[in-house]
Amino acid sequence: MSTYHRIVPNTWWLQRRPYILFMIRELTSVFVAGYCIFLLVLVYKLTQGADVYGNFMAAMKSPISVVLHLITLVFVLYHTITWFNLTPKILVVYRGEERIPQGLVAGTFYVGWLVISAIVAWLVLGV
Amino acid sequence: MAKSNEPIWWSLFSAGGMVAAMIFPILIIITGILVPFGLAGGDDSLNFQRIHKAISQNNSVKLILFIVISLPLFHWAHRFRFTLVDVGLKSMSTLISILCYGGAIAGTIVSAVIFWNI
Amino acid sequence: MAETMQLEIFRYHPEKDSEPTFQIFEVPFREDWVVLDAINHIKDEIDGTLSYRWSCQMGVCGSCGIMINNVPKLSCAAFLKDYYPDKISIEPLTGFPVERDLIFEMDDFMTKLTEIQPYIIRKEGEEKPLDEGEYLQSPAELAHFKQYSMCINCMLCYAACPVYALDSSFVGPAAIALGQRYNMDTRDQGRDARQELIASNEGIWECTFVGECSAVCPKDVDPAAAIQRAKISSTVDWFKDVLIPWGKK
Repeated sequence: MSTYHRIVPNTWWLQRRPYILFMIRELTSVFVAGYCIFLLVLVYKLTQGADVYGNFMAAMKSPISVVLHLITLVFVLYHTITWFNLTPKILVVYRGEERIPQGLVAGTFYVGWLVISAIVAWLVLGV
Repeated sequence: MAKSNEPIWWSLFSAGGMVAAMIFPILIIITGILVPFGLAGGDDSLNFQRIHKAISQNNSVKLILFIVISLPLFHWAHRFRFTLVDVGLKSMSTLISILCYGGAIAGTIVSAVIFWNI
Repeated sequence: MAETMQLEIFRYHPEKDSEPTFQIFEVPFREDWVVLDAINHIKDEIDGTLSYRWSCQMGVCGSCGIMINNVPKLSCAAFLKDYYPDKISIEPLTGFPVERDLIFEMDDFMTKLTEIQPYIIRKEGEEKPLDEGEYLQSPAELAHFKQYSMCINCMLCYAACPVYALDSSFVGPAAIALGQRYNMDTRDQGRDARQELIASNEGIWECTFVGECSAVCPKDVDPAAAIQRAKISSTVDWFKDVLIPWGKK
């Protein structure tokens, strides 16, 4: 008489929506890495002189670059939103018996994100 | 069971995740939408002269860019390693760890060399 | 004509089956019935051989955990009317070996619960003598860990956790949450003792924060948060150990 061991298929995550969303969240890291490589290439082209850099800038204006950027943006935004929404679970702050509401903690990060984005845009674009 | 050394990778993962979450969306909008559609500020503010001067003459800019590029690589490495384990590749977990963290370390070194030589 | 609905239930008889099968039962649909009522009806009126765990019928004993349409739930807390008129699929909790029908082997879980040392631990010589009275604790101090004390050991979190399903050496959500319940209790001094298990590779570091454990918990224990918080405190410890190795532990 033996206990029965059920095998978990490697496609376990396709069976329920929460698992699919989890997997998408994890896969955002690939797009994060992809953009890191892009930035690195951008800086490298900068070291190769004005002509090479200019060609790269022109390539950035191509449809395929725009499409890849947009896809990357969707995934990176999903990373940002899931990241900020999960942070209040980790950063638990109490005032006496009351816990600071999770929405307030997450909200602080969203506000910080907008502020930092504005600063980065101002620095990079010089506007 | 001994206490793990995962904290170092998890710290890098967390730091990289925060950098990517905060800074990448606006950067992607700049390089993917504003620049291609000519909305990147007056007289193309990402032109060679301005950007090259800003980076090469400014060590703090180099450092910030270096961090913005290398930390998220470690975020990817840690997350991707566990993703591969989660889809059943646990038997190869040592090889996966070496490839993932090794990749992030390699990217970091390349990045450091490039910034050092600007 | 009275309304009915169908339950497709996982059957496994170790004495005669090498593989499990599914059996469909037709039960009366009653507005106020939960899945446990339907299963009890099956056992009483249709097939007395159906084996399953249950007890309090009110969501406090943690006995009746099953997979309902691939989601871990307490059978006493899942109303038939939320599924009617669709057929419901019922299986034993994922991640555990099956003994018979819906009854799974929970030895691994029980072992982990004991290994986490779920009791107040005082350091050598710091046990308060009885004549000095109780350990005093403010409501605020209680609030810090109370959530983690609400666990009813129903194991729905283990069934929801893909990490545990893939690797049963993972210490798991409930055990770590229970460890945190004591770590955060001001009367306890045993955090270091529990760290060997909690901060191991099979402890918090195997968790990838899927978060489904907290989503299915019937008592809002939020084990996922307990684990992530332990990652932070363990990381702080690690850096202290590395950067200040001569520091007193």
